[in-house]
Amino acid sequence: MNRATVDVWVGIFVAIGLAAVVFLSLKAGNLLVTSNAPGYRLEAAFDNIGGLKVRAPVKAAGVNVGRVESIALDPVTYQAVATLRIDKQYAFTKDTIASILTSGLLGEVYVGLDIGGDEEMLADGGRIGKTQSAIVLEKLVGQFMLNQASSLASEKK
Amino acid sequence: MSFASLSRGSPPASDDAASLTDVTFGYTPSRTILSGISMRIPRGKVVAIMGGSGCGKTTILRLLAGQVRPTAGKVVVNGQSVPELSKTRLYALRRQLGFLFQFGALFTDMSVFDNVAFPLREHTDLPEPLIRDLVLMKLNAVGLRGAAHLETNELSGGMARRVALARAIALDPSLMMYDEPFTGLDPISLGVVSRLIRRLNDALGITSIVITHDIYQSLNIVDYIYFISAGGIIAEGTPTAIRASTDPFVKQFVNGEDDGPVPLHMKAPPLAEDFLGRQGA
Amino acid sequence: MVNGLLGLLERLGAATRQTITRLGFASRFFIAVLRYTPTAFLRTQLTLREIYFAGVLSLVIILMSGLFVGMVLGLQGYDILNRYGSSEALGTMVTLSLVRELGPVVAALLFAGRAGSAITAEIGLMKTTEQLLAMEMMAVDPLARVVAPKFWGGVISMPLLAALFSAAGVFGGYLVGVQLIGLDSGAFWSNMQSAVDFRIDIVNGIIKSLIFGIIVTWIAVFEGYDTKPTAEGVSSATTRTVVEASLAVLAADFILTVFMFRGV
Repeated sequence: MNRATVDVWVGIFVAIGLAAVVFLSLKAGNLLVTSNAPGYRLEAAFDNIGGLKVRAPVKAAGVNVGRVESIALDPVTYQAVATLRIDKQYAFTKDTIASILTSGLLGEVYVGLDIGGDEEMLADGGRIGKTQSAIVLEKLVGQFMLNQASSLASEKK
Repeated sequence: MSFASLSRGSPPASDDAASLTDVTFGYTPSRTILSGISMRIPRGKVVAIMGGSGCGKTTILRLLAGQVRPTAGKVVVNGQSVPELSKTRLYALRRQLGFLFQFGALFTDMSVFDNVAFPLREHTDLPEPLIRDLVLMKLNAVGLRGAAHLETNELSGGMARRVALARAIALDPSLMMYDEPFTGLDPISLGVVSRLIRRLNDALGITSIVITHDIYQSLNIVDYIYFISAGGIIAEGTPTAIRASTDPFVKQFVNGEDDGPVPLHMKAPPLAEDFLGRQGA
Repeated sequence: MVNGLLGLLERLGAATRQTITRLGFASRFFIAVLRYTPTAFLRTQLTLREIYFAGVLSLVIILMSGLFVGMVLGLQGYDILNRYGSSEALGTMVTLSLVRELGPVVAALLFAGRAGSAITAEIGLMKTTEQLLAMEMMAVDPLARVVAPKFWGGVISMPLLAALFSAAGVFGGYLVGVQLIGLDSGAFWSNMQSAVDFRIDIVNGIIKSLIFGIIVTWIAVFEGYDTKPTAEGVSSATTRTVVEASLAVLAADFILTVFMFRGV
């Protein structure tokens, strides 16, 4: 085995190996998405976060604008307080509404932000006043059954 | 090639290239392989160490190379006490020694050329053209300059051993050790290898130790012979003296007789008893 | 009866003692190899050659296996996910399975069979034919000249092979999910990106493969060096390398997974 041939092959091998790592990091992973771009924190209190998890995306108009950094239970109000890390280039008005949404029926849970019309913007550490809790499927189904039952009852009469 | 080690070691005290003094050795305390052996390898001579299989001949080489340490006694090579050397000093000493293994032990993943170049590349910073010249010179000395480009698996047994010999002398050792250099060779290769050993010894002005059980080749080429049996030296002398010896062991060895001091049969119960006993069981 | 029981105990004890002795020797050997690391890196040519044998020659089997595993994951994953109406999570499932588990583990198992056995056989054969001894007699330490470069060649190759396996698998999943089944390409990749975390999933996967590389190559060089110098010795050492390395990789994977992914 020629020395130069070995060098060339090892070079190719290492290059495509590193390319695979880069591919996994950038294309399959979130290295670019959560590049350590400077950001700021916002808080939002929810009555029920449903299936929201740490690291879940925060979206405004469907665009990724940040990530859920931590979730804690407020010991006084017994509400769930989610800390959101928002990319620096995005600013949101003070009357923004945060809601917990699900993509598809069983898809991933994320925080959606709907912009209001206020002049003032939320600063680092600010709290989003209006929130909409997660829709808990069981409750929804329960409500639907109840409605059905009552409508059936009224038809019979 | 090993100036560093030459300057570091003390000059040879006597004219012996190597010597063993009252050496006892055993891998386990209960089983001694060598007991109280003393021998001298004078500088410039070819000395054969002979004996039957498993009598501890190869162990002597291992002691001289510092691969194993004696339980008692002194081992001196080139004026240095081998068992006391640190690993660095031992490796420095080994660069002055050349070894020929029983089957050559050529590196199978290298060509003939690279095999012979191996010690030069490992131990010197010589430029590649100079290494090339040296390798071809060494190969020429064993008559195989034409085989430089061959792979090791293309060599016959005798050729492999000659290439290994070229590799062993690559660093111009002062002491060559041969472990069973005659085993498994056809008669022609046998003559070639044995004459090579003698010629190299005289041409390079080195000392040679030949471990062998081939009495005919040895008697032709060596200056002195030690006979080892049961861990001790039982006879020694020049080839002429050995030929004329009346010692029963030496006679048995030289004439290749079945029975003598070394019995043909291993110790066993009488034949009849063994057969009948098995039937009864 | 009692005698038989005693004999059994005796054998068990002897076997245990032998195993522990071997483990001790293997650890000492490991440290000795690490001590010769500078040689392996100062003489790059030696290590490059070993990367060639361990890495480049394993490339085809790793890429092919990765592709097929990814394609199977794509088919099976789609079948299951579709029952819950969340087939758009296919990319996520395929990639997470590969990057966290299958990439490092299956690549390490293939590596043990392809490169590990070759390393053991080569060192074992060198020992059997007295090449290692000859080297030592030429004042060249075989640990530095032969073993350390082989060890580092394997350790360097393994993470690259695992990454290639995962990447080929992701591509296989893409082929099945998007090209064959017809999922939306954008959903496939974006779901994957938002669910696969660089630090938790990819970095941990690389750490896993690095540790597997150390385990497999260590076992391979040790078994080679410890070979009984006969033809049967070499063949049984080669078998032992594959068996021991595979078991060790799977056991280590469990332990690493507990530490890395529990509670994530």
